[in-house]
Amino acid sequence: MQKAYLYSAALLVVLGSAALASAQVTLLNVSYDPTRELYEDYDKVFADHWKKEKGQDVTINLSNGGSGKQARAIIDGLEADVATLGLAGDIDAIASKAKLLPGNWQSRLPHNSAPYTSAIVLLVRAGNPKHIKDWEDLARPDVSVITANPKTSGGARWNFLAAWGYALKKYGSEEKAREFVGKLYKNVAVLDSGARGSTTTFVERGIGDVLIAWENEAFLAVKELGKGKFEIVVPSASILAEPTVAWVDDNTQKHGTTEVAKAYLEYLYSKEGQEAVARNYYRPQDPKVAAKYAKQFPKIKLFTIDKVFGGWKKAQPAFFGDGGVFDQIYQPGK
Amino acid sequence: MAPRVDEVKTYPVLDPARALTEPRWVRWVLIAVALSFIALFLLVPLAQVFASALDKGMGYYFNAVREPAALSAVKLTLVAAFFSVVFNSAFGLASAWAITKFRFPGKSLLITLIDLPFTVSPVVSGLIYVLLFGLQGLLGPWLKAHNLHIIFALPGIVLATVFVTFPFISRELIPLMQEQGSEEEEAAMVLGAGGRQIFWKVTLPNIQWGLLYGVILCNARAMGEFGAVSVVSGHIRGLTNTLPLHVEILYNEYDFTAAFAVASLLTFLAVLTLIAKTLVGLKYEKSRQTPAAQAESGIA
Repeated sequence: MQKAYLYSAALLVVLGSAALASAQVTLLNVSYDPTRELYEDYDKVFADHWKKEKGQDVTINLSNGGSGKQARAIIDGLEADVATLGLAGDIDAIASKAKLLPGNWQSRLPHNSAPYTSAIVLLVRAGNPKHIKDWEDLARPDVSVITANPKTSGGARWNFLAAWGYALKKYGSEEKAREFVGKLYKNVAVLDSGARGSTTTFVERGIGDVLIAWENEAFLAVKELGKGKFEIVVPSASILAEPTVAWVDDNTQKHGTTEVAKAYLEYLYSKEGQEAVARNYYRPQDPKVAAKYAKQFPKIKLFTIDKVFGGWKKAQPAFFGDGGVFDQIYQPGK
Repeated sequence: MAPRVDEVKTYPVLDPARALTEPRWVRWVLIAVALSFIALFLLVPLAQVFASALDKGMGYYFNAVREPAALSAVKLTLVAAFFSVVFNSAFGLASAWAITKFRFPGKSLLITLIDLPFTVSPVVSGLIYVLLFGLQGLLGPWLKAHNLHIIFALPGIVLATVFVTFPFISRELIPLMQEQGSEEEEAAMVLGAGGRQIFWKVTLPNIQWGLLYGVILCNARAMGEFGAVSVVSGHIRGLTNTLPLHVEILYNEYDFTAAFAVASLLTFLAVLTLIAKTLVGLKYEKSRQTPAAQAESGIA
């Protein structure tokens, strides 16, 4: 009996807090894996700004997971007001499969809706015991590689394309690139479903010689998780990763949050937003903020997905669709 | 032929007490193996949970378990467990009553179906609801039009938890009620008792300990469920994360001490449940008189 009282008390508390929450504006930000720290930081910045501007309290709820998995959840009905995913291809999927936002969403915000960029770098253990200098070394038979599954992780798709783009330039043919990337994926020891899972595998579980990672994840590992335990290796070329953001029209209209959702994303481009971005090791778009934090980021020759692969609309089905290049070259256990 | 007969004859007369037990060293080895197995796979990890949780001191520990997201996870876990206990008690009583006291076509099919959640992987249990209630699923568009939230909200989490804990109570009650038969109910009926009276005055007192035992098992499983809930949760922190999901999030945020602090909460709830289970189990066995019944209760 007492147990029943306890439970009903708990239930009342839950219902009560739900009622309180409706008195203010709430946004749901469904994001990809490594942005937890960034949005925890930025949400405070934006909440202050919105309070000053409109006098309204805004609460931002955050959900993190592999970029592809999160897109799937939005398609299945997770009512995100804003989607801040790892790549444009995943927001394209929401637009095409569930029609929750218009197909031209990417042109609604500056810089192709990418308020920050990142690069793909290599993280190795202190002292670089396997002498990993560039992508080349990842195909060596004695090297064990950690990356996430490109089917579910946005970061892992950037990883894949970074390696492919490097090989394409170096060897000059699709065939050679396929052979190189095939060798690289044979060396993959653990294929987690998200970038964060991969980092944990490499950093905490101590598996693998090299982690292919988002630059911001690599910085986090080096500066905050294991000081002196890891080193970043900057490859001779890499891809410019452009995580993209969009408000999900159908959901914001339903919630009556279109205005605040738009403002939330637009403010990411402001000086304050860009500072938060840079503080969390993402590359800012604003040239002034970029100059201020220039020392923080290594200089890398970066190629873009649009130039080398013709954009996500082409690359996604060709490389990561059912039966695409990744399916052809990656056979688990072989 | 002859030597063999001789051999048989030379066997000493066996001491019946010794014949029934193993040699001393075998007993000791078995006990040592069992105990070290338990120590290695249960006690050491359990101790590690608490050691890691207190890694940064009591202050850090209490902050981690008092933080709003952790508290909301505790609430959600208790709510989900509460609903699964209520639903499954009602269903368990009804199904056990029907199966043991009546004969009807499709009875064995019903018994098989009750076991289904035991055999289906929790991930699949979660996906069933996504396929049914998801926006691209069968009922999704209708739910959206009526602004009803099932998956990625409390109802979905409750549904998934109810599904995976479905068999616990009925599985506990069916053998018990089968064994008790329907004689007492028949006697009550002959004496003029109505259906409701028979249930409250005859059946329920007979099965109360079995029911409570099932409730505790169901509650334990409900609080710890990860897979099915993970699929339907949407992982919104402070809103749709249960305790096990919150532990995963903290772990992924590299906040290992906090992750283990919350894990220790879960462990604490489990230990409480275990103590309750043992106490109820003792009473339960006393209430079942036949030795055969006592042997059977060991299975649960």
